[in-house]
Amino acid sequence: MLEIKKLTMQFGALKSISDLDITVNKGEIVSVIGPNGAGKTTLFNVVTGIYKPTEGDVLLDGKSIAGKDPAVVNRLGIARTFQNVRLFLNMSVIENVMAATYAQTKSNIFSSALGLPASRKEEKEVRAKAEELLSFFGTRLTGYRWEQPAYSLSYANRRRLEIARALATNPKVLLLDEPAAGMNPKETQEITEVIGRLRSEKDLTILVIEHDMHVVEGISDRVIALDHGVKIAEGSFDSVATHPDVVEAYLGKGSADRK
Amino acid sequence: MTEQTTPENLGIGTDEWVAQHEKRLSRRAGLLGIVDFLNQKVSPLVRYLLLAIFAVGFGALVHNLYLLRIAANLAVFLALTLGLNVVMGFAGLLDLGFVAFFGFGAYAYALTSSAQLNQHWPTYLSVPAIVITTAFLGYLVSLPSRRLFGDYLAIVTLFFGQVFIQLIISSDSITFPGHEDSVDITGGSNGIPGLDQFKLFGYTFKTITDYYWLLLVVVALLLVAITRVDRTRVGRAWRTVREDPLASQSMGIKVNNLKMLAFIVGAAIAGLCGTIYAAIQNAVFINGFDMPLLTLIYAAVILGGSGSIPGSILGAFVMSVLPEILRVQNYSEILFLTVLILAVAALSKGWKRFGFNASLVILLGLLVKVISSALSLATTPTSTWAVGPVSKALKYWLLMPANRILWGNIAFVLLIALIANYSIAKERVKFYLLPLIAFIAIFVWEVRLVIEPNTTRQLIIGMMLVVLMIVRPQGFLGKTRVEVL
Ligand SMILES: Nc1ncnc2c1ncn2[C@@H]1O[C@H](COP(=O)(O)OP(=O)(O)O)[C@@H](O)[C@H]1O
Ligand SMILES: [Mg+2]
Repeated sequence: MLEIKKLTMQFGALKSISDLDITVNKGEIVSVIGPNGAGKTTLFNVVTGIYKPTEGDVLLDGKSIAGKDPAVVNRLGIARTFQNVRLFLNMSVIENVMAATYAQTKSNIFSSALGLPASRKEEKEVRAKAEELLSFFGTRLTGYRWEQPAYSLSYANRRRLEIARALATNPKVLLLDEPAAGMNPKETQEITEVIGRLRSEKDLTILVIEHDMHVVEGISDRVIALDHGVKIAEGSFDSVATHPDVVEAYLGKGSADRK
Repeated sequence: MTEQTTPENLGIGTDEWVAQHEKRLSRRAGLLGIVDFLNQKVSPLVRYLLLAIFAVGFGALVHNLYLLRIAANLAVFLALTLGLNVVMGFAGLLDLGFVAFFGFGAYAYALTSSAQLNQHWPTYLSVPAIVITTAFLGYLVSLPSRRLFGDYLAIVTLFFGQVFIQLIISSDSITFPGHEDSVDITGGSNGIPGLDQFKLFGYTFKTITDYYWLLLVVVALLLVAITRVDRTRVGRAWRTVREDPLASQSMGIKVNNLKMLAFIVGAAIAGLCGTIYAAIQNAVFINGFDMPLLTLIYAAVILGGSGSIPGSILGAFVMSVLPEILRVQNYSEILFLTVLILAVAALSKGWKRFGFNASLVILLGLLVKVISSALSLATTPTSTWAVGPVSKALKYWLLMPANRILWGNIAFVLLIALIANYSIAKERVKFYLLPLIAFIAIFVWEVRLVIEPNTTRQLIIGMMLVVLMIVRPQGFLGKTRVEVL
């Protein structure tokens, strides 16, 4: 489904990603782990078209998408969330989701201005879709919260809203950048379940960056560990988590031997 | 999975706590809380209905041509403000060439409806053609601006506006290859007089009243159209562009296309305004499409609250009626004194201090008057300067030196120096500085500024904007925008 081939991303003298190969199959949930600065977010930025790779290629369903405009990449079926949560803060919760249906809807400025029936119908459909997507998180983002500005949401709800917004673009592949960051254990448990349901109910292929090992263990079919832009381990959660290079990357040199 | 909200978990940082943040803020707002209250309690439909009744009633009952002309100019200005609100308020683009599109529409109408090029197009042809052409011009200007934002966009559009003005001024003698004589296209700085009147559905517009009704329809349609667009797909997308272009782009929204669209819509609206304005004025002159107008439109959008449609209406009212009021010396004196007293009251923090400051100002004035007469300083005779109610009230108190320009200028420099010092002064010094500043401000106003009505108008508007920026940065009807919370 998603193939990353011999990818290198260089900023000046710094190679954030070097010669990286990753394949994600349809319906799979793959986790990317690694210490801070390993190049995980940079990988997402390259895949979604925010950066053009220095070398290598990114293929979606066999077609190259490397260096394409982020809007185009999204329209081809890749949606994402951001590590530092980038919501449209001064828009309402439901508007955040409705806005993300832009690419699949048609009303132009004239049909909207004239209030044509087609435009009104589409508006109703978009709203219904947004409400449905928000109800994916139980009652956390429903009811009176729809009309609240996004900035009034708690941190955990912002992360949830960002997922709902990404879903509204009808993606095939979903990239989640640290979805459980800043959440308490209960919320973390909840988001782990949600990610599982995203695959089963929404038919998604998911690539997750996550630091919380409980989440990684709970959701991953496969885990990939990065360090300094290089893949140091790949496989089942257990095999990667106990891989000496991974332990060393996280705990510093020598710790693997001492263990 | 659900969690009931009990008082215990309604702590700092939970949704409910954060949601009430705005309420807590607005309760503190005092006098401006009234604006908030009206904003929330009076439904938009009722507001628009009242506005419509007022506008129709005005047109039906008022026959004073001067008032009708002001009203028609207000309507044009309002339409322009709505157009700029699309570009700046909705899409967040700093377009400093906006009035050039207005000017382009006006000049295009003049050229197609006057003896200048001997063209007399029918209105139903010229106006749509001009609106489309202006939109296309907007598209062309937006091409290089596509990848620009913030400061760069501002500079490019500012440049475009200035180029437009230079082109109009210098296009009064253009020589074409093969022709001996130069051709006058735009009339240069003399403008183009004697334009045709609008003629629609067999009716020729004759009076300002006719145009007033036309403008009422145009503004009403614009309001409906823009409100609808704002609430639906394109309007939402514009807001995402303003909020976070990168996130917007990542959600499949083509940010550049939307910026261009906002530009084009703004240009088209300005072009339409230009045609009507030219027809009302019966002539076009280039100096009507320069910086002063641009500042007024921007002030209207910002004053009302960038991105808010009711805000644009209010802003346009204030910014177009205010300069008219300020044209009359008595009114501008009253307004100045009111603003000054309010400012001193706000800075005094409490009525006791305010009373103290006011007495000190009065004492200061008397003292200056007594000292100057003891020194037998030459004064301007009262009869020549005390004309309005304010100045008449002030004549026993205020010293009016004979050389108004000299003394006014000295006091003005002193005033600026004192104001600059005020913000950094210690509390104890501020205590005495405030009445001193207030007195010198009144002195400067009466002695020097009253005889320069154009400067005073700009100053009062500037003062209002500064005060607004301090007490209500989001504008009268704008929403508080939150960057990070
Ligand atoms: N736009 C950029 N310009 C320069 N350096 C960057 C840029 N983006 C990321 N980097 C660098 O790339 C490295 C990897 O960063 P990142 O992908 O954010 O790591 P993480 O694995 O924590 O998400 C860091 O050293 C970071 O400073
Ligand atoms: Mg990261």
